[in-house]
Amino acid sequence: MSGAQNNNTSAAPLLSVRNLAVDFTQGGATTRAVDGVSFDIGARETVALVGESGSGKSVTANSILKLLQYPAASHPHGEIWFDGQDLMKAPDAALRRVRGNDVTMIFQEPMTSLNPLHSIEKQIGEILRLHQTVPEAKVRSHIISLLEQVGIRDAEKRLPAYPHQMSGGQRQRVMIAMALANTPKLLIADEPTTALDVTVQAQILKLLDGLKSKFDMSMLFITHDLAIVRKIADRVCVMTNGKIVETGPTEDIFNNPQHEYTKHLLAAEPKGSPPKLDKSSPVVMQGDDIKVWFPIKQGFMRKTVDHVKAVDGIDVTVRAGQTLGIVGESGSGKTTLGLALSRLISSEGKITFNGADIGARSFRDMRPVRKDLQVVFQDPFGSLSPRMSIAEIIAEGLEIHSPHLSRAERDQAVVTALQEVGLDPETRFRYPHEFSGGQRQRIAIARAMVLTPKFIMLDEPTSALDMSVQAQVVDLLRDLQKKHNLAYLFISHDLKVVRALANEVVVMRNGKVVEYGSAEQIFDAPKTDYTKALMAAAFDIEAAPEGVVAD
Amino acid sequence: MADTTMTSQAPAKRPFLSPINQRRWQNFKANRRGYWSLWIFLILFILSLGAEFIANDKPILVSYKGEILTPVFVNYPEEKFGGFLARTDYTDPFIQEEIETNGWMIWPPVRFSYRTVNKEVPTTAPSKPAFLFDTREELCARYAEGVNDPNCTYGNFNWLGTDDQARDVFARTLYGFRISVLFGLILTALSAVVGVAAGAVQGYFGGWTDLIMQRIIEIWSSIPVLYILLIMAAVLPPGFWILLGIMLLFSWVGFVGIVRAEFLRARNFEYVNAARALGVSNRTIMFRHLLPNAMVATLTFLPFILNGSITTLTSLDFLGFGLPPGSASLGELILQGKNNLQAPWLGFSGFIVISIMLSLLIFIGEATRDAFDPRKTFA
Repeated sequence: MSGAQNNNTSAAPLLSVRNLAVDFTQGGATTRAVDGVSFDIGARETVALVGESGSGKSVTANSILKLLQYPAASHPHGEIWFDGQDLMKAPDAALRRVRGNDVTMIFQEPMTSLNPLHSIEKQIGEILRLHQTVPEAKVRSHIISLLEQVGIRDAEKRLPAYPHQMSGGQRQRVMIAMALANTPKLLIADEPTTALDVTVQAQILKLLDGLKSKFDMSMLFITHDLAIVRKIADRVCVMTNGKIVETGPTEDIFNNPQHEYTKHLLAAEPKGSPPKLDKSSPVVMQGDDIKVWFPIKQGFMRKTVDHVKAVDGIDVTVRAGQTLGIVGESGSGKTTLGLALSRLISSEGKITFNGADIGARSFRDMRPVRKDLQVVFQDPFGSLSPRMSIAEIIAEGLEIHSPHLSRAERDQAVVTALQEVGLDPETRFRYPHEFSGGQRQRIAIARAMVLTPKFIMLDEPTSALDMSVQAQVVDLLRDLQKKHNLAYLFISHDLKVVRALANEVVVMRNGKVVEYGSAEQIFDAPKTDYTKALMAAAFDIEAAPEGVVAD
Repeated sequence: MADTTMTSQAPAKRPFLSPINQRRWQNFKANRRGYWSLWIFLILFILSLGAEFIANDKPILVSYKGEILTPVFVNYPEEKFGGFLARTDYTDPFIQEEIETNGWMIWPPVRFSYRTVNKEVPTTAPSKPAFLFDTREELCARYAEGVNDPNCTYGNFNWLGTDDQARDVFARTLYGFRISVLFGLILTALSAVVGVAAGAVQGYFGGWTDLIMQRIIEIWSSIPVLYILLIMAAVLPPGFWILLGIMLLFSWVGFVGIVRAEFLRARNFEYVNAARALGVSNRTIMFRHLLPNAMVATLTFLPFILNGSITTLTSLDFLGFGLPPGSASLGELILQGKNNLQAPWLGFSGFIVISIMLSLLIFIGEATRDAFDPRKTFA
């Protein structure tokens, strides 16, 4: 394999991973997570490691700096040459000199990779002092210049800020500043944008690309998102089941994929189009002037001084057989609106469901309505109780809404629901941990479907799933909708999925509607700058001009 | 592993322990000290449950004039054997002779109950353990026929000596062990029920419910338990259940903290929200979805609460505010040891039994904690 189009690879590569293997031993059983992986990264080159979850890409990245949990993890064979040194055989002291100095890492979760108890000045300063690359007197000014370079405004004023005072995007910028503090030769970015909004993701990628040339460094970029790879990488390594199945320059991989798995990945984008918009179809769910205000209380007497207006006067209409998509950045109030409509949190305003006003009903009075009003949550790992078998999970709703069913009839309903979502009914006695993310989301859908509802609130049902699984779940949802004439309220920040499912779209920002119209109208002819910025970020990964979206 | 293949072939039948519980049992066994402690404790506890068959002043089985009698269970009046007392004294040589001539009887290994006064103590009470005597003559000096007396047998020797009322120390430790463990177990179980319920309600509903109950608990737990016990002892007759009730009033508070924390954490889990969206009632959610989460923390905590209960009972007995006078009690044994320093076997026996019991329970508790350690279960 060659990255020959890059002039610098004629010399020895900066990082060379040779036949790397990683084993995990647990309770006497050994699993091989990475099996004979080899790749090179030249100077000033960006290599992307692509694969679905569980393919071993993060494990590979973490073994470069030997950051795995040893001795549970072990390396039966392999060499990692960096700058003329085999890191595999290097003593701990030598590794520590490399870590955070020559090779640095950015992690996926900006919420947890910063210490919540230290100010950002202290956290960035720690790295500088540890490797003593900057004289003590200049540490502070160096931190300020770093923060400015990663695009944090008023850097000097932000120095004493704690992580919780910053947004997700800003935290990731601070993480990048920390990674750049000692001008590394290689930056390993492990899914650095996965936890961020599409608009913020575009900004961060733009920043990383700019910094790469400015600091003259190489980058190992780990992601499952092919659109990002196309945007940022010079070369791509496609990983599956712990092996690299294809390596090549980005353009070649995208235009002329050789391996089956690469083709499969490239074809995994959610496809298909939503049902045609039909304004005459009966209204299932209608919300008028929905408001969810959370009080801000202050002082000794807890007086309400102001409100956080999570949802601030929104009208929505969902019709049978139609899908209303709700899009927006995180914090725009999408999920809060969905929870308010399904009466899981209290709200103001009139909610009409099937012709009945349910806005003021108590939890107890809501119970008969719940049969027709179902919810599918975002995280398939969290939404299934780990201590119940699949049959018990799916039958739980039946026990409440159809108590007259006999045990055999209930079991039959569970079997039918599982068949409907494309799972083998024989698996119904197993527990959730035995299933993959996509299968679990199917189980969550089966739990809703078994009650034959009229309306389903789908709260980011695909965002925790791999790309190819996303496409399957989208197809499943569309088939179910056609078969049962279901009304969907589809909440997502992923515009690709929304485009494949929704025929009407609400664009939300700060609790208010920015744009509301048919899907074609919104996607093809967005009117507001905010919607345009969202589209650009989602489909072309273009960062919006400053001030249009959150940072 | 065998169980995974089994589940794929025969889905309708699941193994007795779910995979995660099998894992926990493996972790428990991996702690060898805790595992052996569990077995030793179980053997001791089961033996002590049958204390009446090990140490008793009545024979286990009597055959008298062709009739099989069970004096352990039935109280036979003495006229059955030609006497006149309301209760038969089977240690009386006259009764013994009467039964032996008309049948036979089987004695337990130790012929003393915890309250039997040994009328033939070799020396003045407290009398020293049997193995400290040099000859059988000394041991059987008080019997009518000396060494040749039919009652000069191993069962009638006080192997751990007697206390100051000439009661057998071995029998008293055996019965005392039983009552301590039972007291601890019942108190712990009841406190767990009350404490888990209170913690669950607070954690699940939160807000004002939580705030008010927390304040009540703070006031409640600042009441000095010992003084309450002193006052109660003056009003109510002392007894096992009265003591248990009073201690229960205060011991449940220990569970509230952890259970409340678990419920506060878990009530916003997505599968709890999913259950709410299905219309599942609050009570069902608490029992089915949240309680299993809290159970792990509670179970880990249980052995230590159990130990605390036993220690409290022992110390109350030591102070004289515990079980009614005459009951078999380890605390009272230690008190006697303190009052009779010339009889060190009293203090030693009490000390050794208590320390072995508490150590075994703590070792079991440590192994339980290992078993439920999520890092070991899932790592």
